[in-house]
Amino acid sequence: MNDMSQGNYTTADGRKIGNTLMEMKNITLRFGGVVAIKDISFDIHEGEIRAIIGPNGAGKSSMLNVVSGFYHPQEGEVWFRGEKRPPMKPYEVARLGIARTFQNIALFEGMSVLDNIMTGRLNHMKSSMFSQMLWKGKAEREEVENREVVEKVIDFLEIQAIRKTPVGRLPYGLKKRVELARALAAEPKLLLLDEPMAGMNVEEKEDMSRFILDVNDEFGTTIALIEHDMGVVMDLSDRVVVMDYGKKIGDGTPDEVRNNQDVIDAYLGVSHD
Amino acid sequence: MPDQVLFAMEVMLNGLMAGVLYALVALGFVLIYKASGIFNYAQGVMALFSALTLVGIMEGQVPFSHLINAIFGTDIHHFGWHVPALVAIILTIAVMILFAWLVQKVIFRHLVNQEPILLFMATIGLAYFLEGFGDLMWGSEIKRLDVGLPQGINEWIDLTTFEAFGYGFFIDNLDISATIVAIFLVAGLIVFSQYTKQGRALRAVADDHQAALSVGISLNFIWVLVWSVAGFVALVAGIMWGAKSGVQFSLSLIALKALPVLMLGGFTSIPGAIVGGLIIGVGEKLFEFLIGPMVGGATENWFAYVLALVFLVFRPQGLFGEKIIERV
Ligand SMILES: Nc1ncnc2c1ncn2[C@@H]1O[C@H](COP(=O)(O)OP(=O)(O)OP(=O)(O)O)[C@@H](O)[C@H]1O
Ligand SMILES: [Mg+2]
Repeated sequence: MNDMSQGNYTTADGRKIGNTLMEMKNITLRFGGVVAIKDISFDIHEGEIRAIIGPNGAGKSSMLNVVSGFYHPQEGEVWFRGEKRPPMKPYEVARLGIARTFQNIALFEGMSVLDNIMTGRLNHMKSSMFSQMLWKGKAEREEVENREVVEKVIDFLEIQAIRKTPVGRLPYGLKKRVELARALAAEPKLLLLDEPMAGMNVEEKEDMSRFILDVNDEFGTTIALIEHDMGVVMDLSDRVVVMDYGKKIGDGTPDEVRNNQDVIDAYLGVSHD
Repeated sequence: MPDQVLFAMEVMLNGLMAGVLYALVALGFVLIYKASGIFNYAQGVMALFSALTLVGIMEGQVPFSHLINAIFGTDIHHFGWHVPALVAIILTIAVMILFAWLVQKVIFRHLVNQEPILLFMATIGLAYFLEGFGDLMWGSEIKRLDVGLPQGINEWIDLTTFEAFGYGFFIDNLDISATIVAIFLVAGLIVFSQYTKQGRALRAVADDHQAALSVGISLNFIWVLVWSVAGFVALVAGIMWGAKSGVQFSLSLIALKALPVLMLGGFTSIPGAIVGGLIIGVGEKLFEFLIGPMVGGATENWFAYVLALVFLVFRPQGLFGEKIIERV
């Protein structure tokens, strides 16, 4: 059997996992006196579904925010596609091909579902402002292409029925789906999902799990996701990072992690002396 | 038709034209407020400054000539050339873009996530700075602005209405051109915001900063863009107003006319700014015409505010705003 921690293998269900896409090296992040992340390192392989789990306040969202440029760590390095990434603003990270969703949903509430998803294409529009205003040449071709991608995403996530609905009127579960659609529309190399199933009922969770698996399978998108529900994580992910109080306490396949004593303690709430 | 009705119609038409200008100034406020939550007190001074700059460039004035002469003991005022209106307008737009960039770079970049009242204070500071800076750069005397727009009574309307009603309406050509320009400007803004990448990004930023960042929009860029557009709108308002009553300090007071428009139309609604402007324009002219003589005139100074206040009491969210329901 291959060593999964090195990448470059084929999974049991036949998906190809490649080289390291992203590597976090010794990341430390502080907010005043609070140390949200303590010297954590881990990597994400191309094509893999990587989960980050841990109890409340463990620093999972903070880690995702470091990856997406919303937070800047005091120490450590972020490597993407074999290059060290200089400190970047969130919009610059997005332009690198890293898309994300938020734990507390950040959508454009006043816009329709379609318009929301279209914003995911902004980075793929290159024609000039005036040709766009006049709807000429390259601008027209681009717009048509972008529409096609967006329609594909809409079909994929089965949200045809609500495409014209203002997002503000949607129920929670559908909002989460639209947020995923917007991220997908960017055709990202790396997709970051912060608790994509939080607050959903069982049926919605099953749908979301299926979508995540299908995205990874059909488009080969690398995914890093945060999730509380252990069952879901074990089903979805290839490898898991476990965090607790800002520290990494486990890293490996779902099975390895499940049998790790530190992880069991953290989840059973054994006191931290 | 009785004369009173005809007069009132003429007054209404003139009110509509004035309303277009109010709407234009209000639009400048709305753009910046929507995108950044900043209530830009300096919008009126921006109109003054851009009009001053336009005149200065057209007349070939040497900028900061007082300062230069005072320091070097020289006596230069003019380059001795005249710049065609269109070229001068383009150069002025460039100046307003530079201004937008500086405002963002020097002030608002450092005030991200600050309280709205603090941002507002910053714009008050900006307004008085810009007023003084405009004086220093171009001098404080009243200037004539003529970009070649037709002026004076529109003979055709005068004749046609005279033949139809036996009373010729007095409508100024300048007001007609201002209205046409404003219509094109608004149409352009709508096309820009609906169909261009930058326009979409602008709407996104107005809606949610975090989400906008996550799809790759630079907030800084959008804020410079929106201040530039507001600067352009200020220039158009400045040209119209300046052509009518000269470029002087009082031009900056058109901002005061925009306030009741905003109270009426809502601070975030573009259609609100337009309709609000028209209502205020027509309302204040009609009121002055009908009620003014009974109360000794000069109602135009306060009527707009009273109208807006009454409106505010019954519809605090403005004409087109959605009803705000506090969830408990
Ligand atoms: N912007 C911030 N400012 C100050 N402290 C922060 C900030 N963001 C996170 N923290 C702190 O960092 C720690 C980790 O928070 P984080 O949100 O990353 O945890 P989490 O693992 O995502 O938790 P949850 O499961 O509740 O979402 C917490 O103590 C939190 O209070
Ligand atoms: Mg979290």
